[in-house]
Amino acid sequence: MSSASAPSLGRSKLAVSPQAISASRAAFVIGVTLLMALAAYYFVGVDEGTTSVFGKTLVLHEWVHDSRHLLGFPCH
Amino acid sequence: MELRIVLRGALSGAFAGLLGFVFATIFAEPLIDRAITYEAGRTAVLDQLNVAAGRTTSAEGPEIFSRTIQSTVGAATGVVAFSAAMGALVAVAYVVLHGRFGVQPRTTAWLIAGFGFLGIYALPFAKYPANPPAIGHDFTIGTRGTLYLTLVAASLILLGLAFALARRLQRTMTQVAATVTAAVAFLVVFGVLVGLLPSLGHLSANVAASTDFGFARAATETPQPITNILSKALTIDGRQYAPGQIVYPGFDADLLWKFRWYAILNQLLIWTTIALVFGTLLQRFLSGPAEKPAPAGGRPADLAAAR
Repeated sequence: MSSASAPSLGRSKLAVSPQAISASRAAFVIGVTLLMALAAYYFVGVDEGTTSVFGKTLVLHEWVHDSRHLLGFPCH
Repeated sequence: MELRIVLRGALSGAFAGLLGFVFATIFAEPLIDRAITYEAGRTAVLDQLNVAAGRTTSAEGPEIFSRTIQSTVGAATGVVAFSAAMGALVAVAYVVLHGRFGVQPRTTAWLIAGFGFLGIYALPFAKYPANPPAIGHDFTIGTRGTLYLTLVAASLILLGLAFALARRLQRTMTQVAATVTAAVAFLVVFGVLVGLLPSLGHLSANVAASTDFGFARAATETPQPITNILSKALTIDGRQYAPGQIVYPGFDADLLWKFRWYAILNQLLIWTTIALVFGTLLQRFLSGPAEKPAPAGGRPADLAAAR
């Protein structure tokens, strides 16, 4: 993946624009990372409290309970 | 390249989270246990009061995991996952801002982490600070969560605007003057916002609850002393409580202060570690692509030489 630019240095006959590849790839990597990071923030801090995607089971809430308090999220 | 930078950010964050968890185990967990003890005593007294007064008692939440599980693996999962996510976000911000400021990659990474600490934690803390167990009413969790996340988002946006303003002002001012002007502008707008957002104790649900035992009016949800709010004496455990008499104390002020202090230090530790570790990894990654194959190829030789 990240080695894509390395071989192209050696075989410069391949007329692939590395900028174009890396721009869309960068957007993809950034998008996926943002999604995962925000999901982690949400599940550690908010789910089964303010709102819930798992219903009112409180399992996740109880599991991360102490860190939720310490990290400053609203809790009970 | 982006993926490798993001992975370095998440790795720095996970490491910072481990340190944060160790810190929390040593300093914060004893306080959380004391807060839970207070909360349990409070719930018991409230139940007795409501029974004595002929009112309905509230159902207690289920205990799904033991306190041991919650304070060890549970807390570790939460802190490490949060920190890894923050590390990844710092890295994403770096990828977006890469090469725009004409400073060292490390300096940019430190700046981003500093803004992250302020926007995601320190500034929202000014209005809605971290609370130990026992503080925070079940029936306001929805409103409190929305208010908190709103303030986090607003803090980040305002910080970004302030930063852009400082850069714009630098065209006509010295750097110091531009920074100070942008900082003052930020504080004014942020101060107005904080003033407009409601204090948690004044939420309508809390105003409505002030006729119940143990929910006296206050600006926050920090438990006030439980008093006998009826106009007749009540008997609890064979002791008689006159109208207005305190039945159970309010939340320990020193305990609250200590918990919040350690909560701030914990975040400072996490964000500082992210800044230092990610900054160092980044600097090494970006400045030495030519040197990279050398250590990998040279390892067996080094080992051979070491023997």
